[in-house]
Amino acid sequence: MTGPLLLGVRHHGPGSARAVRAALDAYAPKVLLVEGPPEADGVVALAGDEEMRPPVALLAHVVDEPGKAAFWPLAEFSPEWVAIRWALERGVPVRFFDLPAAHSLVLGEEGEGEGGEAAEGEPGGDAELRLDPLAVLAETAGYDDPERWWEDVVEHRGAGGPDTDPYAPFAALGEAMAALREVHGHGGHRRDLVREAHMRLRLREARKEFAEHGEQAVAVVCGAWHVPALSESSTAAADRALLKGLPKAKVEVTWVPWTHRRLSRRSGYGAGIASPGWYGHLFAAPDRPLTRWMTRVAGLLRDEDHTVSPAHVIEAVRMAETLAAVRGRPLAGLAETVDAIRAVLCEGSDVPLALIQDRLVVGDEMGEVPGSAPAVPLQRDLARQQKSLRLKAEARERELELDLRKEMDSSRSRLLHRLRLLAVEWGDPARSRTAGTGTFRESWLLRWEPELSVRTAEAGVWGTTVLSAATAKAETEAAGATTLAEVTALAERCLLAELPDALPRVMRALADRAALDADVGHLAQALPPLVRSVRYGDVRGTDTVALAEVAAGLAERVCVGLPPACAGLDADGAAQMRGHLDTAHQAIGLLAQTRAENPESASPESASPERGESAEGGGADALLSRWRGVLRRLAARDRTAGVVRGRCTRLLLDDGQLAEGEAARLMGLALSPGTAPAEAAAWIEGFLAGGGMLLVHDQRLLSLVDGWLSQVPAESFTDVLPLLRRTFAAYEPGVRRTVGELVRRGPAGEGRAGPVPAAAPDGMPGFGPGLDSGRADAVLPTLRLLLGRRRVMAGSAAGGDEQSANAKGRAG
Amino acid sequence: MTETTHALRPHAEDAFASELKALAAADDRPRPERWRLSPWAVATYLLGGTLPDGTVVSPKYVGPRRIVEVAVSTLATDRALLLLGVPGTAKTWVSEHLAAAVSGDSTLLVQGTAGTAEESIRYGWDYARLLAHGPSREALVPSPVMRAMAEGLTARVEELTRIPADVQDTLITVLSEKTLPIPELGEETQAVRGFNLIATANNRDRGVNELSSALRRRFNTVVLPLPATAEAEVDIVSRRVDQLGRSLDLPSVPEGLHEIRRVVTVFRELREGVTADGRTKVKSPSGTLSTAEAISVVTGGLALAAHFGDGVLRSSDVAAGILGAVVRDPAADQTVWQEYLEAVVREREGWKDFYRACREVSA
Repeated sequence: MTGPLLLGVRHHGPGSARAVRAALDAYAPKVLLVEGPPEADGVVALAGDEEMRPPVALLAHVVDEPGKAAFWPLAEFSPEWVAIRWALERGVPVRFFDLPAAHSLVLGEEGEGEGGEAAEGEPGGDAELRLDPLAVLAETAGYDDPERWWEDVVEHRGAGGPDTDPYAPFAALGEAMAALREVHGHGGHRRDLVREAHMRLRLREARKEFAEHGEQAVAVVCGAWHVPALSESSTAAADRALLKGLPKAKVEVTWVPWTHRRLSRRSGYGAGIASPGWYGHLFAAPDRPLTRWMTRVAGLLRDEDHTVSPAHVIEAVRMAETLAAVRGRPLAGLAETVDAIRAVLCEGSDVPLALIQDRLVVGDEMGEVPGSAPAVPLQRDLARQQKSLRLKAEARERELELDLRKEMDSSRSRLLHRLRLLAVEWGDPARSRTAGTGTFRESWLLRWEPELSVRTAEAGVWGTTVLSAATAKAETEAAGATTLAEVTALAERCLLAELPDALPRVMRALADRAALDADVGHLAQALPPLVRSVRYGDVRGTDTVALAEVAAGLAERVCVGLPPACAGLDADGAAQMRGHLDTAHQAIGLLAQTRAENPESASPESASPERGESAEGGGADALLSRWRGVLRRLAARDRTAGVVRGRCTRLLLDDGQLAEGEAARLMGLALSPGTAPAEAAAWIEGFLAGGGMLLVHDQRLLSLVDGWLSQVPAESFTDVLPLLRRTFAAYEPGVRRTVGELVRRGPAGEGRAGPVPAAAPDGMPGFGPGLDSGRADAVLPTLRLLLGRRRVMAGSAAGGDEQSANAKGRAG
Repeated sequence: MTETTHALRPHAEDAFASELKALAAADDRPRPERWRLSPWAVATYLLGGTLPDGTVVSPKYVGPRRIVEVAVSTLATDRALLLLGVPGTAKTWVSEHLAAAVSGDSTLLVQGTAGTAEESIRYGWDYARLLAHGPSREALVPSPVMRAMAEGLTARVEELTRIPADVQDTLITVLSEKTLPIPELGEETQAVRGFNLIATANNRDRGVNELSSALRRRFNTVVLPLPATAEAEVDIVSRRVDQLGRSLDLPSVPEGLHEIRRVVTVFRELREGVTADGRTKVKSPSGTLSTAEAISVVTGGLALAAHFGDGVLRSSDVAAGILGAVVRDPAADQTVWQEYLEAVVREREGWKDFYRACREVSA
């Protein structure tokens, strides 16, 4: 064997990794060239650090623009990693010889079709949408799955005896690639020509430098695809010509921790292996990989409370081997083990299998990087933003008042919110968020603790800028959230932090959770924050169309689910349901109001003729009338718990939805002698809770309550007393006294035709007959001042709805 | 053979005798003892293919290759095979063809019912002979399972979960010890190589006898999936409805395909818990909503349309049937159905008539 040793590998192939080690041991080169950005030469020594634990990735990023970055992930079973560790252990210099990231990062942007950040990270670039050399070889060999072909011909070739030729697999693979490249040329990887020119130049350099060690001085580890190009004879001048005039940027390189999950194909990073956990196992297992794998699977299943006996494991191993034989494969691969596990260990069910896929086949492995590694770009990005927003990181606690209408302040708010999402709790919102959302003011308590720097470094796995990291984190959290409330809270935080890219994912998760959540209580709880976000989202100029759609969907679900949920409740459940009813009522009212105010924020389809015809004249009205229908149905239904029925009646009455005397009729029904006293008392509690002015104003209702109370039999009176006391104790003393006075004066409703007591000539105790307009007018200027309005609405005196007043004040 | 050609439904090994013969001739791979074909050839027999000599083997099972491979491999080990699936997923069909291909005999069958007794799984007695000559091998009436053990063939048990639990457990000795003791004679029948057992069971049917875990451990389980795509399911439903309609002498209804597609869509969406476009999740009701039920909904709708309607299958004809299939539990399923109607059906283009019809019957 002469000339440099060219080891063509498959990135992240455990078989390749093992073969590389054997070949390096046999060849003992004096210098090692590895595919990767040459800028990383400075940090390669860190790979030998004790604290370095794969999977890790080399991260190269443009200094001024951390968003422009590429990753070169390395797992324990990556041939490159094995080679680097081999060289570092023996003091052999390691050099990266791919095209410098200074060029490739800028080139990527200039439209070779490389999709955005990190997509280019795969060193070989063979995971792109262009010619996949392995797929072509696999197809030629009659395999439909390149992964399986590779497993069969490379990974499952046993380690071989001691006398097998360690170079043979590389020679064979190199030949195959050469044949491929003869047919396909660069196969759509145009950039590769430039990269390979650079590789050849560096290779020549190295050979010259180490010429005194003879021909056997240089070993190269690179993607198999590049091997033919490296052995090609071309002049240095021609290669230099290819590299001339490439755009360039200032680039920094560092190590970042990586995860198995990101190595897997699904995460879209293009590192291109579907089963890092399985490969890691194949690489790490000293012998009998199948048996060891099945044992690990059994262990996992036992931890999850599935009964798995050793006999099961034996059968599973046998089954996998038989399957491999039926399929004509040399050894059981991942597909066989999965099928065997499903049939033997999981009783045909895919549910535990998903667990195995997630925990073992992909795996939770997370890498570690020594503290001495250069700063991650996220830290730089944060520092840059701190500078431009004039927010100093100080250990001293200080308060920050933000006016969100100002550009600078709203940017500051966004930064702080994004950092909070990343668990970098630099700022603490001084007031609770619920109060804060309504206004354009926000106050924060800022304090930079030293450990926040560590947190920032940790958050570096999520992305290279604060924005992209927060987006990635929010998306992941949305996918992992278990309860509906978590996702709603997350949605609110996304709005606050303005993460438009994360919002659709979060909304999707929200809609999914809502669809599957059978508990109306959860839905009702999730609704208010969502509606608040819709309502006040426009303060920050965020687009809330998607949000409004989801909120409306949620409201619909509440409408459908509420009636069945209200039947057959015990006292505690009913009290809880009353709370849900109130929150849902408020939220739906607010939602309808919002949609009526800005119809353009309603979903675009709702305006289409298909739906618009019947109910959707205004989506808001439809929703509100639907909700009122539900309330009406609940109020009239006997199976519903008393407190809920009472509450429904009250909500309808407050909204002006009950016809003249309807409330009295319903109350009369609820309090009629046929009803159990406890049930009637509950009804009263639901109806009267939260404001007794009603009784003062409508004496018919009062007389009904009074009449019922005096007819309660003595033996049940003690039962209903606590309920009644609870209801009336919550009233303001003034109201309580007035009600008491009214009752003492005796039944006032009798003989009075007019249902509106205010119009009664003799008035209430302590009031003169009729309205003294002169004295009433005297109040108006003060009232005007209080409300900050020129025009005062009539009748707004009665316990004015703070929230709507607030909203109107803003709108004005 | 002459008898079977007149049979209403010939056995698999007779109906496909020529294919089996061609496969046996072309098959040069190693065969487990007493197998008629190699595992590879059995898989080919079920999945279809073309042999080197040009014989075309028709596919018996249309579905994932993986499933057949796992089933055949199971039979090649000495574990028994349990085929699970909702009604209409071809469990019986697969088990019959597997037995025919492996042993050349699909008739060693025990049909599981609530009344299946131990004798049908172990052995019974010819009482006349028993009384006349006392217990002897001649007086013994072997069950299909016992015969399969003695001759090294494949036995089949249909609807295993319908068999009472104590009778089910008779199989444990057979499957683990591979022997069937006959205490009356102080003898036993030992299974010879080649013996195995295929059981089928319905995995979403409630109120039947769950397998004991002891028995379950002795089976490898293969779940036969429902049709993978809506098109395949529409195809199955319309073909089956057509056959049923003809046997019930219902007038043929040509425009029915549209409604069939709708029924299948509704069933699939509720079953899978997600809409066909994959954008909205929905709750799943407690019923199975199998293909077989979709067939009966459409057939019922056809009868309605033919006898009481205008002869065209309309949404109102199937709405009541769908409601009955979906809402099994009046409280929980009703909510599921309402939510589905409001959140999915109402918004869907061209489904207005269907929405109205469903609202009418649900109200």
